[in-house]
Amino acid sequence: MASSPADDVVEVQRGPRPGPASGAYRAFGETLRGLKTTFARIVEGPVTIQYPEEKVPVYPRFRGRHKLHRFEDTGLEKCVGCSLCAAACPADCIRVVAAENTPEHRVSAGERYAAVYEINMSRCIFCGYCEVACPFDAITMGHDYELSDYNRGDLIFTKEMLLAESLERTPLRSEGE
Amino acid sequence: MTAALNPVLAQIGYSEPIWIMIIKAIVIFAIGLNLIPVVLMAERKIMGRMQGRYGPNRVGPYGAIQPIADIFKLLNKEQFRPTTSIGLLYAVAPALSMITAIATLAIIPFGPVVDIWGTPVGLYGIDVSIGILYAFSFGAVAFYGLMLGGWASGSKYSFLGSMRAAAQLISYEVAQGMAIVGVIMTAGTLSLVSIVEHQAGMWYIVPQIVGFIVFMVASFAETNRAPFDLTEADAELVGGYNTEYGGGRFASYYFAEYLNVIIVSALATTLFLGGWNLPFGIDPPQWVDPFVVLAKMFIFIFFFIWIRATLPRLRYDQLMSLGWKILLPIATLNTLVTAIVVVS
Repeated sequence: MASSPADDVVEVQRGPRPGPASGAYRAFGETLRGLKTTFARIVEGPVTIQYPEEKVPVYPRFRGRHKLHRFEDTGLEKCVGCSLCAAACPADCIRVVAAENTPEHRVSAGERYAAVYEINMSRCIFCGYCEVACPFDAITMGHDYELSDYNRGDLIFTKEMLLAESLERTPLRSEGE
Repeated sequence: MTAALNPVLAQIGYSEPIWIMIIKAIVIFAIGLNLIPVVLMAERKIMGRMQGRYGPNRVGPYGAIQPIADIFKLLNKEQFRPTTSIGLLYAVAPALSMITAIATLAIIPFGPVVDIWGTPVGLYGIDVSIGILYAFSFGAVAFYGLMLGGWASGSKYSFLGSMRAAAQLISYEVAQGMAIVGVIMTAGTLSLVSIVEHQAGMWYIVPQIVGFIVFMVASFAETNRAPFDLTEADAELVGGYNTEYGGGRFASYYFAEYLNVIIVSALATTLFLGGWNLPFGIDPPQWVDPFVVLAKMFIFIFFFIWIRATLPRLRYDQLMSLGWKILLPIATLNTLVTAIVVVS
C-alpha cells in the first residue's frame, strides 16, 4: 500500500509563545544571567598554565624520551644488543649494531653488547613497544617530552645520550594526584 | 575682559583667553589618546579573565606595554591599497573617523570652572551652549569615516560592512537622541556643564532610568560593539568596513572605535551619572573632580567590555527591529512622560 507523506507528519507540542512583556522579561533575565556567568569567571581566576614557566606534571607511566639503563652494582649495560626493540618498532626508528663482549672489554652483562644504539626521535611515535619487547628491561620510556631541536641530525639520539642521566625537566605527578 | 569685547562669543561660553584654549586642547588631546591604550589593555585583560585566561602578559610587567608593541607593529607595516580603491577617499576616511572622535572629546566636562594660579579655567575643552548637539553632529560625521572607508576600498566585503554600519548608525542615532531628550528637558539646557550642575541634588539616572537604558543600548550600537558589531562580523564579512585597511590606517580605525567607547562612557557619565558630583553630600576638593569623572567613565568602560564578553551577536533583522520597534517607542514614550511631568 502506497503511503502518503502526510502519514509521517508528527505533531510537535510547543509551549505557548511568550507575549511581548514576558518575552522582554525573559530576555532581560537571561542577559543578567549571562553577565553573572562571565563575572563569575573573573572571581574564579584563570585556568591557563603558563607553559614554559609552569608545567603540567606527567603521570608515572607517561611515555617520553627513552632511557637506557645500567646495572647499579656492576655498572654494566643491561642492553645485550639483541635487536628485539628494533624488530618491534613500528616506526623503524631504532638501529642496533651488536658486538661480542671480550674478557678485556666487557660492556654488558650478556654475551654481546650494543656497539651502536641509535633512536631517531624525529620518527619515534612513542608507542612504548621497544620497552615491552626488551627482555632485560634495558630500555624504558622516560618522562621528558621537550625534544625539539634545530636540525634533524640532532634528533638522532646515540647510546651515550640515552645512557646519560636524563635531565628531569618535567615534574612527576605524585601517587593519587 | 574678553567677554566684554565679544558678547557673541561670551554667549556661547567662549570667554577664555586663547592661550588657555590652546593648552586645554593639547591636554585633552593627550589625555584622550593616552586613554585609548589603557582601554585597549583593560579590554584584553578583562575579557581574558572572563574567559578563564590571563590575557596578554608577556610584554613588560603584566603585559602593560603590549599596546605600545601593537602600535609599533602596525606603524611599521607597509602602506598598501587595493587597485580598485579610490585613492584620496581611501586615505582620508580613517583620519575622518579619528578626527570626529577626538573632536567630541572637547565638550566632555571633567570639572567646573576652577582657579588655577589665579586664572579661572573650566575643566573642559569648551562649554558650548548646544553641547549635546555638538556631540551628535560629530557622531553623524563619524559615520562618513566608516561609509567612505568601506566604499573607497573597492571591495564587496568592505562595502557590505559599511552599508550595515550606515543602516545601524542611522537607526540607533534616532533612539539615542530621543533617549536624552528627557535629560535635556529636565535640566532645561543643552550645555553639558549646566546639565552636570543640575544633577547636584539627584543624578538623572534615577528619574531618567528608562532613558538611561535606551541610551546605553543605543550606545552599544553607535560604537559598533558587541552585541551589535554587525559591521565587522568577522564570521560573515571577513572584517567589515576595514577589511582592506592595514598598518597605520587600520590603527586609526581601531583607535577611533575605542575612542568612541570612551566618549560614549563620558557622555553617559555626564548625562546620567552626575559628572563630577558625588552622592551623599560628599564634597571633595576641586582637584578630585576630574578623577571622579574618569572613575565613572571606567565603570561604563568595564560594562562595555563585560557585555562584549557575554552576549552573542544579534541577527541583522533583530538589530533593526530592536532599534525601530522597541527602543524608539520606549524613548519617545519616555520623552512624552518627562514632558508632561516637567510642564505640570
